[in-house]
Formats: sequence, C-alpha cells, structure tokens
Amino acid sequence: MRTVTYREAVREGLQEALRRDERVFLMGEDVCMYGGTFAVTKGFVDEFGEERIRDTPLSESGFVGAGIGAAMGGMRPIVEVMTVNFSFLALDQIVNTAASLLHMSGGQFNVPVVIRMATGAGRQLAAQHSLSLEGWYAHIPGLKIVVPATMEDARGMLWAALEDPDPVLIFEHAGLYNIKGELAEVPRPVDIQKAAVRRPGKDVTLITSGIHVHTCLEAADALANEGIDAEVIDLRVLRPLDEEAFLASVRKTKRAVIVDDGWKSGGISAEISARITESAFYSLDAPIGRVCRVEVPMPYAAHLEQAALPQVKDVIASVRAQFGEENV
Amino acid sequence: MYEFKMPTLGADMTEGTLVEWRVEPGDHIERGEVICEVETNKGNIEVEVWETGSVEELLIGPGDQVPVGEVIARLTTRDEKAAVEAAPAQQAAQQAAQQAAELPQVQTPPPEEPSQETPEPDSTPEKRVTPAARKSAHELGVELAGIIGTGPQGAITSQDVDRAAAALEVKPAKAPQEHARRISPIARRMAQSHGLDVDKIEGHGPHGAVLRADVEPLISKSLEFEEEAGKEKDRKDALREAIAIAMARSKREIPHYYLQETFEVSQALRFLETYNRDRPPSERLLATVLWVKAVAEAVKKVPEMNGYFVESRFDRRDEVHVGVAISLRGGGVITPALLDVHKKELPEIMEDLRDLVTRARRGKLRASEMMDATITVTSLGDLGVETVFGVIYPPQVAILGIGKIVERPWAEGGLLGVRPMMTVTLSADHRVSDGIAGSRFLVAIKNYLDSLLIAEES
Repeated sequence: MRTVTYREAVREGLQEALRRDERVFLMGEDVCMYGGTFAVTKGFVDEFGEERIRDTPLSESGFVGAGIGAAMGGMRPIVEVMTVNFSFLALDQIVNTAASLLHMSGGQFNVPVVIRMATGAGRQLAAQHSLSLEGWYAHIPGLKIVVPATMEDARGMLWAALEDPDPVLIFEHAGLYNIKGELAEVPRPVDIQKAAVRRPGKDVTLITSGIHVHTCLEAADALANEGIDAEVIDLRVLRPLDEEAFLASVRKTKRAVIVDDGWKSGGISAEISARITESAFYSLDAPIGRVCRVEVPMPYAAHLEQAALPQVKDVIASVRAQFGEENV
Repeated sequence: MYEFKMPTLGADMTEGTLVEWRVEPGDHIERGEVICEVETNKGNIEVEVWETGSVEELLIGPGDQVPVGEVIARLTTRDEKAAVEAAPAQQAAQQAAQQAAELPQVQTPPPEEPSQETPEPDSTPEKRVTPAARKSAHELGVELAGIIGTGPQGAITSQDVDRAAAALEVKPAKAPQEHARRISPIARRMAQSHGLDVDKIEGHGPHGAVLRADVEPLISKSLEFEEEAGKEKDRKDALREAIAIAMARSKREIPHYYLQETFEVSQALRFLETYNRDRPPSERLLATVLWVKAVAEAVKKVPEMNGYFVESRFDRRDEVHVGVAISLRGGGVITPALLDVHKKELPEIMEDLRDLVTRARRGKLRASEMMDATITVTSLGDLGVETVFGVIYPPQVAILGIGKIVERPWAEGGLLGVRPMMTVTLSADHRVSDGIAGSRFLVAIKNYLDSLLIAEES
C-alpha cells in the first residue's frame, strides 16, 4: 500500500490502459501539450506521443462525435470532456448517437467509447462551471454512468469501462483530485456493476456516490459518537443502479438518507427514493431523507456556495431527523 | 381529513365504477347526503357520506373503475374544520387580550370569525405509524393503540413496537379488551359479515374507535384474496354468486327455526279495498305495505326479531329497516331496505316502496339501503307459492315469508265459510330467540292486520 492522490490514481489508470492496449488513445481539450486542465495527463505526450494523446479544438460535439466514430471503427478512444458543464454541446452525440446506435442498428454496432468528465462545484466557479449532472445522464438508456469515489476505483474503473462494449461515462468530481488515500501497489480488477458498502452499520443507510462518499463517511464517524451506526453505500454506478445493494441495506437498517451532489427535483436521489418506496416500503421506519444541492444556479460567493452544497452537518441533521430528533 | 373510499355494497363486490359525482370540491356535505353514484354488478347505487363536512378533492372521474377500499375522494369533516379554524382565532384573541392589557387605550379587535378557508392537509392530528412498525405490529400481534412513538414527528417505529412486544411478554396478559374496544355499529357489522377479527382492526376514530373507513380496506383486501384472478363475470353471475355466499353462510352459521301460521285475512283485504276505493292509482296501497308495517309494529312487542347478530351477540336495533325482496327484470333478486319504517305510516311506506322498486330496477339504490336492513320480508305470493320458508340474510336474525292468499273453507263460530287465507312463516335465529318469542311475533302480526279496519275507520 502507498498513499496517492486521486489525480495520481486516475493518471495511473490512464497510463496502464494506454500501455496495455494499442487501440486506446486519449483526446480532449488541452490534454496533450498543457497536460490536462486538472494536470491528470501531464507528461503523457512524452511516453505516448501526439498520435495517442491528441489535443482537440474547442468543439465538444465534433470531438465526441469523432470518438464515437473511432470506437465504431475498432479503436478504444478515451474522450475527455473537460467538465460536465461543456458536455451539453456534445449532448446530441452522447444521447442521440452513442446511446442509441446499438439499438438502432438492431444490435450490429456497439459503441465502445469512454467519455471522462470532471463534475461538481466547490471551487467558486459559479453557475456555469459548477454543475453535477451525472444523475441526468443516468436517465439515458444505452449509457453506463460510473462515478469513482475511491483511489482504487479512480484507477481501475477506466479499464473496466474500456472493456465494456457500450458507451461509458466516467464522472470525476473535481474536488476529489487532491484528496489522498491508500492504493495497492498491484492493480486489482474492479467492476462497473456493483455498489459497495464503504462502512457497515446497522441503524441508517447513507446512499451516495462520488465526493459525497467522503462526506458521508465523515458524517458516519460523527454519528457514531452519538450512538448511531450508519452504513455508507457507495453506488459507484448510477446506471444501471445496483438496486439490490441499497435495498438490502435499507431492509436491514430501516432508514435511508440519500446524499447527492445534484439537485433533488427529477434527480438520481428521487429515483433511488422511488425504488426504495417501491421495493422496501414495509421496511421503512422513517420517511426517506435526502441531502442534495440547493435548487439554485450555483452562487459565486464562497459562503453561499458552501451553503448550497451538501455538507457533513446537513447529513448529520438528516440522519437525526430519521430518529425523531429534528428539533434537537 | 377523511378519506372517502369506494364502499363495499355487498359481499361479492370487489370493485365499483364511478358513474357520476353529485358534489364538487368545496361543496358542503351533510351526513347521509348522496355524494356519488357507483355502478356495481348489482346495478347503480347511490352512495352516501357518513360525516358532515366539505369536499376537498375528488380523486377519480366518471367511468373510472377502482377496487373496494380505494380512496376516491378527500373530505374534511366538521370537527377538523372547527379545530383548525378555532386555533388561529383563539390565538388572535389571546394576542388581542395581551395587547389590551399592555396598551389599555388600544381598541381590541373582536376575535375573528372562523374563516371558511380550507385547512392545510398537514394539520390533521393523525397518529403516525411507520410502514415497518405497522408490519411488525401485525406480525407480533401488538396493538398500536397504546404505543408511544419515538420516531420522526412522533411516529411509532418498529423499535417502539418491539419494545412494546417485549413489555407485553413480561407483564401478565391484560384483561381481554373485547369490552374496551370501541367500534361503530356499521363497522362491527361489516367486519362480522366478512369474518374479520375486530380486535385486529386498527381504529382511527375518536378514542381509537374502529370506523367503517377502517374496515373497508380490510374487506377489499380479503376480497382481493378470494377473488379468482382475472375472471370477468357478467352481472348476473356476480349477483348469483353474492346470493350464494350470503345464503351459504346463513345456513352454515345460523341455526334457523321455523314457525308457520295461517291467517285469515279478510279484515286486511277489506281494509285495503276500502282504502283504495276512492283513491287514484298513484295513492293506492299494495298488500306488501301492510306486511311491512305489520312487521314494524310486531317488533315493538318482540324486539328479538329486529337487529343483527354480530360477534357472538345480538345487537338489538330500535330503528326498523325492513328489507323487501325485489326481483330484477334481468333476473336475480335484491333485498334493499325500506328505511325507518317504525316512524312511518302506511301511505309513506307505500311511497317509499314505489320509489325503492323503481330505483332498484333502474339500478339506483343507495348504500344504506343495501346494508342496513334489520329484518326482511319475502313474498312469493304473486307467483302462486303458498308457503315460503325464508333463509335469514346475515347478519339479520329473522325473515318473514308471505304466501299466496287463497280462498279456503274456514270454520268459525260453528259455521263453515269461505275466507281468504294466507300462510305466514317465520324463519328466526335460534341463537337470539326461541319459539315462544317467534309465536308472539306472529300473533303480533296477526293482531296488527286484524286491527287495521277498526283503526282506519275510526
């Protein structure tokens, strides 16, 4: 075991993939000469050359479409869309082309493209650069949506995504790049199907993904001091949802709080809540709780931004409410 | 908030189709008012509401078919309205009083009149029970009524139930709750007629009383259970099946005893003739009305014949609702009730009967008419049958059978004459009454019929 940053883990995953399979190449804005907006691909060009580490024009629709074409042509492209905020320009390619072609070709054409994007707020980038829309993409049949939260997933999910015959979108929360964690020396294969229990507990289930796995683990530690033993479920994959994982947990704990960096209305938290109600209703001992971002365009001012995002204290308050302590 | 559910209008009914609403959201409704018309396999039935209040929301539309027990409208009851409206008014009054004390020169406004605004749905003081708690209580057989909730907003959680269950095992079992259990008569009757255990039903009425609204969903549940999946039956089959269920249950559970007497009815017929002679057809009386009235008079003397047998005991009723068998044109028989016969005179009963027959054949009966009969009269005389041994319609305890009026030789005072004779039979529940009471009942009927002419002529 060694301690690395999330950035380093992502970087290692990319390097391993590029070394392992010649069909793999990376393209996106500033990935080559500049080394990536989040410095993930710094120095890659020296090892892999400009053929495989390709800078693109500021044209999301164009280069995502090129990636889809390359994938259909037998390559294994990794397309980096700098952040989810810019992916709207490529929405037609992602939703109408990548997600639909297998179906529309009667099962003849898979689109094995991998699209990476940074997501999330918290760095005072205001309304247009702070979105968390992974839950939005999880609405689309034909896509797989993965959200690595740990070092191991940051490194390993990429290879699993490349092996998948269908389009996979990987969402890396920009606030995670600098956090540190332990990573095994030798990479272990990871799946992109199952949710994971990051902390077992018996009193309440915290269902989350991405950066808020860490928010929830911190909240769970604080709650343990109050005698509340919280189980933290890292969804890992938002589509298809590993329903059985969180249903089994909720059936055990009888309480659920969903923590999502997106908005509540029509969001993934609503979907998870609905599935619990559909399939574990008679196990519930409290109304399902949700901690999500406040439904406003993200404010620029730091204190307002923090107030608009799910915080550890919000998770704790929501859990307390599950135990009838809303007024404590 | 009161949830108005698709009522069950007979043992066989599992779903109903809304024909029309007679009210709109915001309308004031009186207890007993017809609020909608529902089509069942017995025809169209007008459904009354049992609370006074107002209509909040109509949840289904005409043509919608929903299972029995499904919420079809939300109503606000008068009590809730009053409670909700009183609170702010009281507060305002208190504030005003306080202000007055502090600033004597300020003129205090009078307490506001209760406004007519609809209360927030959230303001209903409702006992909260989580789904897990409800399930666990059911499994453990724990009464939710006495448990104090520790969950969100005071909800009873499964842990509260577990604690209560544990406490129950330590303590000696309490005295049986049978007598402490509050349950409305109609709920008791419905539960009984569907074989539900009253102690297991959770009540939401005042002091935890079990109300009709609490029983109905359970009935629909038990019916769902019994229902043969996916089979569409036509109306006739369904009606036949309803009769089959009720009659089989009657013969299985009710120990019938039968008494037969032959009445000489010349008095009654003469009375009818006299009464009808100078009246237009619309005001003339049918003989059935006499039998119905005779029953109402006779149960005053022999009350053991009037009421319901539920939960192993007789629930004697003061009001007399006489069920009359009405044959339908499409086949089958229904026995809706003439309501409150004890308060009515012959012309009024006749009017009711005409109305009831018309509506029964048009399929426009009301729920109370389908549910509330306290005793039944069946007459096959028109068809030429001389003697009818009726089968008691549960949970009633008696049925009177009227045979055909035939002329027979009759000896009286040593002389032989030809007189109109009618065979009257009584089928009664031996758990409630004995042959002696039954005999007294028949005598009372005869006495009434014999008294008719004198009463009307004087």
